[in-house]
Amino acid sequence: MSALATPAAITPNRPGLTGRLSDFLWKHPHVLLAILLGPPVLWLGIIYLGSLFALLLQSFFSIDDFSGLINYEFTLSTYKQLLSDANFDIIVRTITMAAVVTIFSALIAFPIAYYAARYAKGKWKAVFYLGIMLPLWSSYLVKIYAWKLILAKEGILTWAFAKLHLLWLLDAWLALPIIGGNSLSVSYTGTFLVFVYVWMPFMILPIQAALERVPGNLIEASSDLGGTPQQTFRHVLFPLALPGIVAGSIFTFSLTLGDYIIPQIVGSSRLFIGQAVYAQQGTAGNIPLAAAFTVVPIVIMGLYLWMAKRMGAFDAL
Amino acid sequence: MTAAVLFENVSRHFGAVKAVDAVDLEIAAGEFFAMLGPSGSGKTTCLRLMAGFEQPTGGHIEIFGETAEGVPPYRRSVNTVFQDYALFPHLSILDNVAYGLMVKGIGKDERRKAAEDALAMVKLPGYGQRRPGQLSGGQRQRVALARALVNKPKVLLLDEPLGALDLKLREQMQEELKSLQKSLGITFVFVTHDQGEALSMADRIAVFNDGKIQQLGTPEDIYKRPQTRFVADFVGSSNVLSSATCARLGVPAKAASLRPEAIAIGTSWAEQLSLPGTVTARSFLGATNRVSVDCAGEKIIVASPAAMPVPDIGAEVQLAFSRNDLHLMEEA
Amino acid sequence: MRSDRSASAPLGLKIAAIGGLLFLHIPILLIFLYAFTTEEKSYQFPPPGLTLQWFAVTWNRPDVWAALTLSVKVATIATAIALVLGTLCAAAVSQTRFFGRETISLLVILPIALPGIITGIALRSAFSMADIPFSFWTIVLGHATFCIVVVYNNAVARFRRVSGSLIEASMDLGADGFQTFRHIILPNIGTALLAGGMLAFALSFDEVIVTTFTGGQQSTLPIWMLEELIRPRQRPVTNVVAMVVMLVTFLPILAAYYLTRDGDQIAGAGK
Repeated sequence: MSALATPAAITPNRPGLTGRLSDFLWKHPHVLLAILLGPPVLWLGIIYLGSLFALLLQSFFSIDDFSGLINYEFTLSTYKQLLSDANFDIIVRTITMAAVVTIFSALIAFPIAYYAARYAKGKWKAVFYLGIMLPLWSSYLVKIYAWKLILAKEGILTWAFAKLHLLWLLDAWLALPIIGGNSLSVSYTGTFLVFVYVWMPFMILPIQAALERVPGNLIEASSDLGGTPQQTFRHVLFPLALPGIVAGSIFTFSLTLGDYIIPQIVGSSRLFIGQAVYAQQGTAGNIPLAAAFTVVPIVIMGLYLWMAKRMGAFDAL
Repeated sequence: MTAAVLFENVSRHFGAVKAVDAVDLEIAAGEFFAMLGPSGSGKTTCLRLMAGFEQPTGGHIEIFGETAEGVPPYRRSVNTVFQDYALFPHLSILDNVAYGLMVKGIGKDERRKAAEDALAMVKLPGYGQRRPGQLSGGQRQRVALARALVNKPKVLLLDEPLGALDLKLREQMQEELKSLQKSLGITFVFVTHDQGEALSMADRIAVFNDGKIQQLGTPEDIYKRPQTRFVADFVGSSNVLSSATCARLGVPAKAASLRPEAIAIGTSWAEQLSLPGTVTARSFLGATNRVSVDCAGEKIIVASPAAMPVPDIGAEVQLAFSRNDLHLMEEA
Repeated sequence: MRSDRSASAPLGLKIAAIGGLLFLHIPILLIFLYAFTTEEKSYQFPPPGLTLQWFAVTWNRPDVWAALTLSVKVATIATAIALVLGTLCAAAVSQTRFFGRETISLLVILPIALPGIITGIALRSAFSMADIPFSFWTIVLGHATFCIVVVYNNAVARFRRVSGSLIEASMDLGADGFQTFRHIILPNIGTALLAGGMLAFALSFDEVIVTTFTGGQQSTLPIWMLEELIRPRQRPVTNVVAMVVMLVTFLPILAAYYLTRDGDQIAGAGK
């Protein structure tokens, strides 16, 4: 060795608590892992999963018709009640709405995602990104409120139809059975519009992510080989974007399925699952039935996620 | 004299995978030591065992006579130059170099001075205020070196230090590292898969395969006298002659290695050994011609100087070489 | 998706894309217009006149201030809890290998993947079973639970970019675990945590579904708005509050975008 100042090859323990603690954690990485994972896992496991299981358990109890108290005995009678005609109608109505909302969300979201992925460059890329993120993250209630302003009888939509001399068209639409009503804000059409508006941004990002991964020259290759734009879309673009669409539909479908505020504010008096849960646990005080109702979206989403996973949709998240 | 690094029967198993398997190793103080081998041969794991990033599953490690297993990296007077340099992106070059001194609680002025000196030593004076992202690969490599050396480590570990550099820069850095090591007198241990790098820089080389040391010796030993087929193959692609061919030469051995450049085509003198064969392929490599010759079913590669005439494919030739260049091996 | 030839978009696509963006933004712009309307009783369009007087009226409403204060308090504490828990979880998942890592990711995402009403009613029935009275803290508990995922997503994305050898390099140079955390890990994940915290704040500040189940007599700003939506009392005040809420949520989102734009994206799939 040269004339270098030579320290010891192994320096002793650092003095003080942090030095010893640091050595201890380094020697016992499992303790470190337990310290890192413990708090979040305990929090989510006890507070969240615990509550969730307690709720699901309640769906196997029943309510005493006379006293209104919960009868803590295992029974499937609550599920029988869930499948009664009136309640079954609610389930079918909600699933239909969720499906229609999902389809229209995909139709509106696709061009935005496609343009953002393929044509937006530089500054426009940022504009598109923020243009999608801001509505997605901005206040849920304010968005609903905005549609109350739009759909009101004296609101902007009626005004626009009047200016265009198309009021007859609006009236004809409202006169239709099921989807019509006294005004847009108390019709299924209104509920549908608000659902699409509020949940559609969740569809754009996964589609965009899926399309970003498609090399641009694939589209050129298809048209080079003589594919018309329609054929290119059907045989190249759509199959490649499908995992993104499925991933996005997880959000639009699940969020529509569980929502109870939108149909309460904009819509008719016929209930959706979320409203039924809310009513059963609140005014009716029938927690077991409310719990049984929540099982429906959980089961549907479980099946949906299972199918989506098989289609490889999670890679697009 | 105490060994700088001592491995006694050291193993590091990951489940069923024996990354390092019962390795004995002694690196002398002040030595420039190379660990050479293909990827997955255990050389990098050995380096990480010295640094303290891995703990042995068996055996005993000493650094300058002190037990090292169970000692965290931050308490070892050993520093590493990482393969990807691992410069801290959020710190300036000066703060990167001064980091080791900072965490040891050395005063601001003193550590700045030391860091600037270290930067000057690696020929990057005045680069202190830049960020790692503003430097080229070669410059980052020098910063990583300065950052390790400023701590005056007892052992400096280098993990494929030149792997990411282009050829010219690599040759230049080889020379610089070598002279830096000589002037500082610090023990350098470096890992590489490039046999040329190991041969030109190291005082001694350990050739690794399958978690074991195949051969340990000076560059000349390793190159000229490979003890196993693997070493002969990996270091400079020797011809390995079968026992049948050895017998034809009148040399009883299970196998023998023969360097391509030790063979001459055509002429042979009385004291030399010779083998007849047929030329099957040839290619021009600049300084040499690479000629493949089939000798009774055994393929032998010859590196023939470019100035010599090259026989045509199909030509019958005599291969001549000295008995001294034929190195006998124990294993087949 | 990148094209070598920089072809311009077909006209139909352009119209559909811009139309879609307008569909997203016009309703929000309307909120800004209605905050200034002179009309008190209905949602008349176009507004008969514009005025600033409702800002003054709103300013002097104690119930709005109380709701706003509560929302800020809840969001601040829920964000703080989510920051700690989300960062710990992200560190464990990205820095170590252990059995069941995927399960942990699923556990973190679940509170946001299942409809809010399920989280809400589950917490509510658990609170009443455990005889915990509804209070400020029950609201915070619920909010923190679904805010963890936002912090977690941002932190995991950044941890992935901080190469493992940085931590080894720090320890190699003599820094112990605490020094490495302070000098290397924290500065490198800081902006991601800030972004995650801002998004968590925005999420909590805006949350209404879980809050209706976990809140007692207190009303946060969204609860206040919900009541105004169901039983309108003074529409112009609601208009002003709606605009203010919109602005308050815009700022953290913009800030989060600028903090994370080089590289990782803010996790939009986390709401």
